[in-house]
Amino acid sequence: MSVRKPIYLDYSATTPVDQRVADKMIPYLTEHFGNPASRSHVFGWVAEKAVENAREQVAALVNADPKEIVWTSGATESNNLAIKGAANFYAGSKGKHIVTVTTEHKAVIDPVRELERQGFDATYLDPEPNGLVDLEKFKAALRPDTVLASVMLVNNEIGVIQDIEALGNLCRANGTMFHVDAAQATGKVDIDLEKLPVDLMSFSAHKTYGPKGIGALYVRRKPRVRLEAQMHGGGHERGFRSGTLPTHQIVGMGEAFHIAKEEMTLENARIKRLRDKLWAGLSEIEEVYLNGDLKQRVPHNLNVSFNFVEGESLIMAVKDIAVSSGSACTSASLEPSYVLRALGRSDELAHSSIRFSIGRYTTEEEIDYTIVLLKAKIGKLRELSPLWEMYQDGIDLNSVEWATH
Amino acid sequence: MAYSEKVLDHYENPRNVGSFNKDEKNVGTGMVGAPACGDVMKLQIKVGENGVIEDAKFKTYGCGSAIASSSLVTEWLKGKSLDEAMTIKNSDIAEELALPPVKIHCSVLAEDAIKAAIADLRQKQGQAGEADACDATCKS
Amino acid sequence: MSVYFDHNATSPMDSRVLEAMLPFLQQPHGNPTSRHGLGRQARAAIEQAREQVAAIAGAHPSQVVFTSGGTEADNLAVQGMCAALAPTRIAVSVIEHPAVMKPAQAMQRRGWSLTKVPVDANGQLDMQALEQTLRQPTALLSVMVANNETGVLQDIAAVTRLARRHNTLVHTDAVQALGKIEVDFTGQGLHAMSLSAHKIGGPQGAGALILDKSLDIQPLLHGGGQEKGLRSGTENVAAIVGFGQACELAQQELAERSANMLALREVLEAGLHRLGATVFGERVERLPNTSFFAFEGIDGETLVMALDRQGYAVASGSACSSDSTDPSPVLMAMGVAPDLALGAARVSFGPGNRIEQVSGFLQTLENELLRMKRMAAIAV
Repeated sequence: MSVRKPIYLDYSATTPVDQRVADKMIPYLTEHFGNPASRSHVFGWVAEKAVENAREQVAALVNADPKEIVWTSGATESNNLAIKGAANFYAGSKGKHIVTVTTEHKAVIDPVRELERQGFDATYLDPEPNGLVDLEKFKAALRPDTVLASVMLVNNEIGVIQDIEALGNLCRANGTMFHVDAAQATGKVDIDLEKLPVDLMSFSAHKTYGPKGIGALYVRRKPRVRLEAQMHGGGHERGFRSGTLPTHQIVGMGEAFHIAKEEMTLENARIKRLRDKLWAGLSEIEEVYLNGDLKQRVPHNLNVSFNFVEGESLIMAVKDIAVSSGSACTSASLEPSYVLRALGRSDELAHSSIRFSIGRYTTEEEIDYTIVLLKAKIGKLRELSPLWEMYQDGIDLNSVEWATH
Repeated sequence: MAYSEKVLDHYENPRNVGSFNKDEKNVGTGMVGAPACGDVMKLQIKVGENGVIEDAKFKTYGCGSAIASSSLVTEWLKGKSLDEAMTIKNSDIAEELALPPVKIHCSVLAEDAIKAAIADLRQKQGQAGEADACDATCKS
Repeated sequence: MSVYFDHNATSPMDSRVLEAMLPFLQQPHGNPTSRHGLGRQARAAIEQAREQVAAIAGAHPSQVVFTSGGTEADNLAVQGMCAALAPTRIAVSVIEHPAVMKPAQAMQRRGWSLTKVPVDANGQLDMQALEQTLRQPTALLSVMVANNETGVLQDIAAVTRLARRHNTLVHTDAVQALGKIEVDFTGQGLHAMSLSAHKIGGPQGAGALILDKSLDIQPLLHGGGQEKGLRSGTENVAAIVGFGQACELAQQELAERSANMLALREVLEAGLHRLGATVFGERVERLPNTSFFAFEGIDGETLVMALDRQGYAVASGSACSSDSTDPSPVLMAMGVAPDLALGAARVSFGPGNRIEQVSGFLQTLENELLRMKRMAAIAV
């Protein structure tokens, strides 16, 4: 089997830059290096034209007006700008309560926590065991003083897709601003901001075969959304976000989003077939659990727990493939993935989880190799595992009294 | 993180994986840790007539450092008396495997496993006094 | 064939920097937080860049916080250092870049007082006025090392000495100074210093805040906890690698580069004087590459456009403010008459410029000035 190793199955962490994107970017590093804000010479004008062209490309993927796209240094900054910017601007008129979900990325949760420290009130909803937000519970959480709600379109760990349209309508009815982190969504699901009742949406380039260090924030103009800027200075991006625009990165993001628009449909069909093949192969292993809903899920993601095997030891065992784990050992703290915990998964299953995220360059051979590798390594690790031994002996592990520290 | 050569070696070629019959009189079994914490070690020792550990086996649910710590310990235990085995410190294990600070707890667990196995054995063989002292340590 | 004389706005990328970056643009590399081999490779590259930046800045690698650029570093300094303290006073020089001025002004909404310390006719900080300001409890003082328009340098060591006597923290925007003169974070007694990559042949989209880590700083961007919690967000590996490489080259070649640019500037200003220009800040120490000048009765915007048509890229004041029709606030603060200030144009050299380009420029300038004067005469 001729596969290039290591096999990259961690597309949700980051993606390689598409060669076509890199080719577009490089001239803007060397020849057309001007500062887009320089009005006085051709170097600046060429750069500015490229920036505006890229803005149209990003807007086209999500059916928005280019004037509604603000460049940032990445989705983390977009999230910070949206959440802090909107909450602070509208706190006086609407209120100081925020609603979000426990499975959000830290780049949403941490800004909300920061606002709590500054005197805001926040409600963190738990999703259902399949990862989806229950509409009734969401509606019940909205209060007269809820200024902002934030729900991600696609979850980075389990890939589930939230019903943004329904959630947005609930927010509209309550007079609450609605922010959506779409970093994992672009190029994977259709996004139509003319139809979706969304006020703010965050985008990242490096999850969609673009470069790192560049992202965007969609800021609705009809009706007009206002924000308190977080990065002050030269007044760039109509005052929303100051700082010299990095032309080459913006060109890269534009091209990446343009390619996504053209190729998304065909690409996703191929990826879904590969992902389903992977799941079919892995589910032949005993005591394997899928985390998150299979249907309401992007075609790239597979998050699986292998019972009785610990996550980090599994990642070590499969060093021919690059994946990520919800295990404690691979996070800085000793706690397992908070996303899997929020789904109601036990600590053990959260520890034993692997996230496979496939993408544009994943081949069928790589999938076949992965299935064979996993079967072999799971077998070997279960031989090592006292828990597997106990399970085979018919012992109910929940009934055991563990000698913990 | 990058794993040390020794950890990788024990992980790729673990020594003494397996189980003894835990009901045998000369077998001591120590089970420490909890699935919720991501580490469970089962360490077993088989002791000869002269009180010397003849054989040791382990099974571990845990990260590479945890597997390496318990594998290493089974090597060290062979040929030691029970008293000598009690002197094995987690710092020795951590040093031998060059464990980074965030993995030191794996070596602590391995030390606990030894003590638990010995306590189990002594309890079986009727040395209750020793067992009490050991329980206090294990629960620390 | 266009000649680029606007290096203070941004600079062309050094081919050696591009070479260092390309592997991280064209080949797959991991997210530096990922634990697998690809992620670790990216992490190692970032840490090497951190050392390169620390070296040129006179700091320890642990003091380097990577950001998306100079503006973000300035915002992190002003907002981050103050938000952790009870509001008192922020002092800034009146000639600070908007990326320092605007966040300082924004802090006023959070209960802070703001004092703008004046400069003298040469553009240097009025030290007596500074001393008076600092007598009131002032948590933070921000003074740029080198002004982007005039190139005038401040005596940062004297400023920090004074500030420390009054228990005031000092931040400096060293974005224009890096790579043109020596900067020394530790030696100059600073608490924070902002740097940017794209002014020294590095890519746009990377910068750093050099920070005294004993201080309590509130981050600007919350999230995954990168940069030890001080700046969340997936690291822009390619740009950071480029930034590091640009710093290493700038440090190695500093003496040579500044000597070259100084030589060009001297030829330029001899010619400017012959043509009757006023050169701002020329009596004091400036960056070796910058020349900010004006001709009586000539509109700066028009002059710059004319020069661009002839193939010379210069600026009429800072890029950020090249949209407005007001005279430069920096020149206003120096007491320059508004009419003269409206004529201001800036030439800023870089490592790629050559003496023939300066001679050509002076010739063209003379022609354009003549043409504009003739047209003004006709219009009358």
